[in-house]
Amino acid sequence: MMIAGLSHNAQWVLLGTLILGTAAGIIGCFAYWKRQSLMSDALSHASLPGVIIGFALVGSKNLPVMLAGAAAGALLGALLIHWIRSSSRIKEDAAMGIVLSVFFGFGIMLLTMVNRMAGAAQSGLDSFIFGQAASMVQRDVWLMSGLALLVLIVSIVAFKEWKLFLFDSAFAKGLGLSGRLMNALYMFCLVLVIVVGIQAVGVILMAALLITPAVSARYWTDSFGRMVILSAVFGGVSGAVGTVLSAYGSGWPTGPFIVLSAAALFVISLAFGARKGIVIQAVQQHRLRKELMKPKHERRAAEGGNAI
Amino acid sequence: MTSVLQVEGLSASYRKNKVLDNATFTVKPGTLTAIVGPNGAGKSTLLKTILELHPSLEGSVSFFGAPYVKVKSRVGYVPQRGSVDWDFPTDALDVVLMGLYGRIGWLRRPGKKHREQAMQALREMGMEEYASRQISQLSGGQQQRVFLARALVMDADLYLLDEPLAGVDAATEKAIMATLDLLKSRGKTVLVVHHDLQTVEDYFDHVLLLNRTVIAHGPTAETFTESQVHRAYGGTLRWKGVASG
Amino acid sequence: MSYAGWILLTASLVGVSCGLVGTLLILRRMAMMADAISHTVLLGIVTAFLVTRELSGIHMLIGSVAAGLLTTLLVQWLHSLGVQQEASIGVVFTSFFALGVVLISTQAGNAHLDIQHTLMGEITFIPWEKSTLPLLGEVPEAVVTLSIVLIIVLIAIIAFYKEWKITSFDPALALSLGIPAGLMHYAFMGLVSITTVASFDAVGAIMVVAMLITPAASAYLWTDRLAVMMALSGAFGILSAVFGYYIALWLDTSISGSMAFATGVVFMFSFIVSPKHGILAKRLRPTTSSI
Repeated sequence: MMIAGLSHNAQWVLLGTLILGTAAGIIGCFAYWKRQSLMSDALSHASLPGVIIGFALVGSKNLPVMLAGAAAGALLGALLIHWIRSSSRIKEDAAMGIVLSVFFGFGIMLLTMVNRMAGAAQSGLDSFIFGQAASMVQRDVWLMSGLALLVLIVSIVAFKEWKLFLFDSAFAKGLGLSGRLMNALYMFCLVLVIVVGIQAVGVILMAALLITPAVSARYWTDSFGRMVILSAVFGGVSGAVGTVLSAYGSGWPTGPFIVLSAAALFVISLAFGARKGIVIQAVQQHRLRKELMKPKHERRAAEGGNAI
Repeated sequence: MTSVLQVEGLSASYRKNKVLDNATFTVKPGTLTAIVGPNGAGKSTLLKTILELHPSLEGSVSFFGAPYVKVKSRVGYVPQRGSVDWDFPTDALDVVLMGLYGRIGWLRRPGKKHREQAMQALREMGMEEYASRQISQLSGGQQQRVFLARALVMDADLYLLDEPLAGVDAATEKAIMATLDLLKSRGKTVLVVHHDLQTVEDYFDHVLLLNRTVIAHGPTAETFTESQVHRAYGGTLRWKGVASG
Repeated sequence: MSYAGWILLTASLVGVSCGLVGTLLILRRMAMMADAISHTVLLGIVTAFLVTRELSGIHMLIGSVAAGLLTTLLVQWLHSLGVQQEASIGVVFTSFFALGVVLISTQAGNAHLDIQHTLMGEITFIPWEKSTLPLLGEVPEAVVTLSIVLIIVLIAIIAFYKEWKITSFDPALALSLGIPAGLMHYAFMGLVSITTVASFDAVGAIMVVAMLITPAASAYLWTDRLAVMMALSGAFGILSAVFGYYIALWLDTSISGSMAFATGVVFMFSFIVSPKHGILAKRLRPTTSSI
């Protein structure tokens, strides 16, 4: 599978990371507008101990149980962050840092113990840290894709509700859209995407797949709908390209390659993005400067009706 | 008579919107001026741009006939109360002491003399007994008084205050205005971003009406008239009716 | 000194340096910036290694301070282009970290650098890598590095104490008084970077975040004075290090993971029982404002 022409299994994996990237791109947009980009980082780190406990409970690699554990860990992390922030003087950034690092440390503690007992090779738990798409079997891919599709459907079906909720949650409440329900749904989708992604991308870098495509998409459009679509495309492409790249070396972790693909798309968007790309910006700046150079009365006239 | 502050054709933008356009005015020494205008008129931006805390697009500012860097110690700035984190682990006296940091200089610690100066400033604001109180345990009005004390201790010649009367109780409002009058009587110049139109005439001898640019500026009696205020607020305001936010 | 003695000393040095720097991190609301820098330091180390082909302390130090400052600059720059602060942090550090990991796994595979090491540190090896110093005799290299960094941190914090305080509390006022808040920001990020890289060997990329943030947050719950908060934060750092070491011995598991876990235990304890800001105290006292 190292050389061109991916094996049957690898094709399945590729499909899986493609769908995963798409779902992450969409939910990443939601997280961006909820200003919770780094929350996703904290939650993906927090899912590690859950994965290990899931493994230890069953005693073998049983993906559904481990993913359930991961979800429980991430949700507990989210609750703790909320609790710390709302009932003490500690601010959100510190609360996220605490949960992220302490949960991850706890996860590493458990991982070391489990590896010692079960043997590192057997458990394959290490692949949850940096992601090892090649370690997935067809059944894993089915599960992953199914969950990612669920997230896709939820976000498409309720698209206009999402938009309203993210833009102006107070107004949405006034229209009878339950803020609590939407928040719960959002958290559910976020955790689901994280959980689905950790086997392929790893807990450490999962957040990048949520953050980077959304930021890249922002450089191309001012329309929320188009931003979501673009972000989904960027996410999907990153997932697929990264998976293919990592398949060229034996034992190369998948996550970093996916993240680098997303980063490459980001750099392209940053430079050439139609809305705020640096190139466009430079042209506009040039024009503005020219405008300012003009004598004042001429400028007034140009502004015309805008004057008071 | 030399000017304390001279602003020439000052423009600034905030997130691509030009919030300040070609503002020109001169402040005379010993005046107490209110900067008044509707929300989004660029009042805070004006102060920040004057103090080079916000970049200007064009225009020039001079203090006492010199550029800002040369006379920093003669200019005292009181930011909005909401601009800092009141959970910061420090007490009221310490916040007042911060006003002296510029003068104390690098590598030196505040000494007994500085402490006494800060205490004196707190006393003038009627806040002596709260000197060692953690700042988050002060009321909004008390926090504002601490900020005022910090300005006092700076012993500047020109003061720029951003909404010092926003959200404070009546007693604090009185204390702050008494302090500003005191500063004026000592020959200092004071410029205040103010939001309450009803009190402008009682509190200030000069007024500057701002809406992206200077609409009118001069002694309150001549400048603060119905027609001028309407020009600044664009007719959305009931004259001397409910205060605009 | 005994093997365990050196490990405890190393961990305590990490605890104190991180605790001191962490206090300012929390107050400047830059906890997640520390998370970012701790990750990008990896890229600095790997680049330094690939360029010089040796794992020497000074090269790695330069590489990682450069990476740390580059991260700070890039985040600032993206933010100035209109990307949310949080998102710019997220984009920059994940990209750098991914690049670092890819470089390790494709270029530097057989070297002393490996992924495991970068994540968890190698505190168990530290007592073996000794160098001889005059007067003190044989001392582990990491202890020497960490002591130097601690001295730098102490000097920087004590000498510029009031400047750190005012630029953290009210940067606008600081600027208007002629104190260069921007310069202080970059100096501080440099301080965070050297603390991180010195601690990196001992505890790895992610556990250093625990050491930076958690003890300082715990200290924040006990006191209203900055100097006391710094002292407490350093003390909590040491406490977590020692406590974590014995947990690791007891359960025969990762020392750095256990230390991160221990910082969490200290935090939870503070969060619940601290007389000033703990939740128990809040429950027992009806409401502070009604007194």
